[in-house]
Amino acid sequence: MPYFDLSETPLRELNRALHAIAPGANDREFEVANPRGSHAVAVGCQAPVAVTIKGSVGYYCAGMNSAATITVHGSAGPGVAENMMSGTVIVEGDASQYAGATGRGGLLVIKGNAASRCGISMKGIDIVVHGDIGHMSAFMGQSGHLVVLGNAGDALGDSLYEAKLFVRGTVKSLGADCVEKEMRPEHHAVLAALLEKAGVTGVETTEFKRYGSARKLYNFNIDNADAY
Amino acid sequence: MTYHNPPTPPRKSATFDDASLAEIRRAAATGIYDIRGGGTKKKLPHFDDLSFLGASMSRYPLEGYRERCDTSVTLGTRFAAKPLHLKIPITIAGMSFGALSGPAKEALGRGATLSGTSTTTGDGGMTDEERGHSDLLVYQYLPSRYGMNPADLRRADAIEIVIGQGAKPGGGGMLLGQKISDRVAEMRTLPKGIDQRSACRHPDWTGPDDLEIKILELREITDWEKPIYIKVGGSRPYYDTALAVKAGADVVVVDGMQGGTAATQDVFIENVGQPTLACIRPAVKALQDLGMHRKVQLVVSGGIRNGADVAKALALGADAVSIGTAALVAIGDNDPKWEREYNALGTTAGAYDDWHEGKDPAGITTQDPELAARLDPVAAGRRLANYLKVMTLEAQTIARACGHNHLHNLEPEDLCALTIEAAAMAQVPLAGTDWIPGKTGL
Amino acid sequence: MCGIVGLFLKDPALEPRLGELLSDMLITMTDRGPDSAGIAIYGKPGPGRVKLTLQSDRPDEDFETIAERLSHVTRTAPKVAVKSSHAVVQLPAAALDEARAFIRRALPSVRVMSAGESVEIYKEIGLPKDVVARFDIRSMRGTHGIGHTRMATESAVTTLGAHPFSTGLDQCLVHNGSLSNHNNLRRELARSGIIFETENDSEVAAAYLTARMAEGFDLGGALTKALDDLDGFFTFVVGTRTGFGVLRDPIACKPAVMAETERYVAFGSEYRALVGLPCIDEARIWEPEPASVYFWDRDRSAGERTMAA
Repeated sequence: MPYFDLSETPLRELNRALHAIAPGANDREFEVANPRGSHAVAVGCQAPVAVTIKGSVGYYCAGMNSAATITVHGSAGPGVAENMMSGTVIVEGDASQYAGATGRGGLLVIKGNAASRCGISMKGIDIVVHGDIGHMSAFMGQSGHLVVLGNAGDALGDSLYEAKLFVRGTVKSLGADCVEKEMRPEHHAVLAALLEKAGVTGVETTEFKRYGSARKLYNFNIDNADAY
Repeated sequence: MTYHNPPTPPRKSATFDDASLAEIRRAAATGIYDIRGGGTKKKLPHFDDLSFLGASMSRYPLEGYRERCDTSVTLGTRFAAKPLHLKIPITIAGMSFGALSGPAKEALGRGATLSGTSTTTGDGGMTDEERGHSDLLVYQYLPSRYGMNPADLRRADAIEIVIGQGAKPGGGGMLLGQKISDRVAEMRTLPKGIDQRSACRHPDWTGPDDLEIKILELREITDWEKPIYIKVGGSRPYYDTALAVKAGADVVVVDGMQGGTAATQDVFIENVGQPTLACIRPAVKALQDLGMHRKVQLVVSGGIRNGADVAKALALGADAVSIGTAALVAIGDNDPKWEREYNALGTTAGAYDDWHEGKDPAGITTQDPELAARLDPVAAGRRLANYLKVMTLEAQTIARACGHNHLHNLEPEDLCALTIEAAAMAQVPLAGTDWIPGKTGL
Repeated sequence: MCGIVGLFLKDPALEPRLGELLSDMLITMTDRGPDSAGIAIYGKPGPGRVKLTLQSDRPDEDFETIAERLSHVTRTAPKVAVKSSHAVVQLPAAALDEARAFIRRALPSVRVMSAGESVEIYKEIGLPKDVVARFDIRSMRGTHGIGHTRMATESAVTTLGAHPFSTGLDQCLVHNGSLSNHNNLRRELARSGIIFETENDSEVAAAYLTARMAEGFDLGGALTKALDDLDGFFTFVVGTRTGFGVLRDPIACKPAVMAETERYVAFGSEYRALVGLPCIDEARIWEPEPASVYFWDRDRSAGERTMAA
């Protein structure tokens, strides 16, 4: 198993090795030690490898991930799994701002809390947060799902497009053009599948409320100008 | 004797001129600000207000043809393993597929490739047509991140992180519903036909200290191969350039207020930003103060129209220029041959700026398949290449006349200013004097 | 645009290590700002005595006879400790105004970095590691401190433009972000008599808090008031003789991480800054909420007070 101790090995070597994995290569499990808050750890992965990071990471860990499964045994700094395409990223601790920002696919699981702007501008990613999320989460969310087992902060889903938000706890306030919507059977099914994929047990989909776009800002209307 | 009162001719207010009156009526009727494309239309101090001092007795000119005047430039020499080698110092600015039709993007790629220069994607992602027809393609990294994906990042030749643009420093773009076709909607992950508002700040970082970390991520993902440009709107060019360098840029792009946009509020286009002429010297000074002039390359854009403009921008310290509006005109935008159709749209060739409505008779700023089909990308690409060739020859002509064997040897001292405003902004002496307002005594 | 750190000790056993811990925190943040660095340390106050931290670009000339000259003027026996370009002058509290007036009058190249019972501020152009070494910050003990490494945005890269900024006795502030109404505020505060040394937006923030505290607000109250009056992007970490506070703006997009254990409260622009602190793995770690104030005071039972606007 390739092992990188970031207290001794430069980050460049880790990312270079991850980018150089040839199709069919045998080394499919990487371990990273002592990240101590380093930035850009395991970014731009393209191969279906498993990367286990022992410790907390800084900005943009697992950025633009495709196919890889990356697990952070610690907390993640701003922009974890930003613009993820596919694969899975799991944060055992908390995540800072911008978790899963602009993500286009794959699954991001945060076992602790996520700070502000979780899922900002999300474009197809699925995000499951076991704890709470901060303010401005799913701002301008275009597509994908954000599932929150705890509470949401201010201005949830501001300027939302078609991302679907499920919150089990309280929502401090909804952003412009975000409204609570009915949980229809298909939403229960989608949510149940996401919870299962994220390893959440003992929670019923009936405990969640769904939020989505009111679609009032989709085309300019003078009567909605106060929202601008 | 009888006295007659002489008639008083009607007099219109210079303040409440026809355009202002029309805008008041339009606003009152619709309740929405005016949205349009293009750059500022008001008269600003510009390159026309500068003139070159050709060689004479104290300097010796170079002969055309025989004595070479080189035009090449390399962008991205600071950190990138694979900098961009351009044959001419004129690049094509970022314009999105979405704002422009597929054939228009292809034409820009073809023209740039024929000329040995680069073209740039825009807010909306990279299309196969443009990648396929562009030898050197700069991939814009924008706040909206529409279509952003690591595969395109890897197949780009450089990455341009867009902080702002000259038409609207501090603002985001908009693409109105008419232009969100099926393909544009799919590329941007948006519902078809809605108004798309682009964010004004990047979603996952704010400020130069965070940008430094973002650049690290982009370099790590692309294995430190691609040059990283940072594009800013012309607002505080000294600080913005200095901070781009500190954040780790290979290239800084400064876009003055004459730079165009696909669509934004007219009030923004006309009232925010500094003229291109005023942006260059502060940006160069920032590079010089940091010991980075020519090490981090400076690209200037906004209102570049001809080889004289190119030579003037380079003389003031830029390494290259970038053109957007002029490139669109070269491939056929606002061509008088569509005059009847422009009239039907309530405008005239040369004034058409409702690019966001997607009804462009020239088939350039539209997603309507019938209109887009009017543009032959091969012929249009050829036209762009011709135009770039002319600009280059013109710039060479001037450089030779000033005694230079390379365009980058042009200096501010090759210039004088025709107006006090231009002398102050470009920091070159007023013609016939050695007076630089604010710099030297009268 | 910068990296900021702060450390407030609850456990006196850690006090001998304050300089060392804070130095390491700041050095870790070097990437966030390479232009200048500074640290404020709150040490033990002497009864009835105050400290002036002075800076000079020609310390050999300015500081050589300063003790003698000050003793003449103030008719006291000040203690002077010179550290590179800085000097810490200790004198009876009653002599402070006279000493400051003399310095302003007779030593034009000397700048007052801080004044107060316990604070000392050291700041210079350069990287944190060099600034820390130059002033031997590691060996300093104290109860709390803050630090800053700067990426200058609009104001000059000078010693005076470095943080922390101190505009009142035992008060200091570091800032990450960019204020957008500081010019108007500076003019307003200047009219009320505050003298500004720089064009820096952060100095205005410091002066703003000083002005509010002069009106009778406590640190927490002054910080809360700042939420109404300051525009732009800001995270502040501030110190007073006994207090330590953090303010985060309503937009809250500059990074900020806090940690608290039974032994200390710590702030860092990034988690990296905190990893070397004792038992950090057992700390409660969180990000300050938008439009919120957090502060701790040694004179009260140490505890967090949060006020969301």
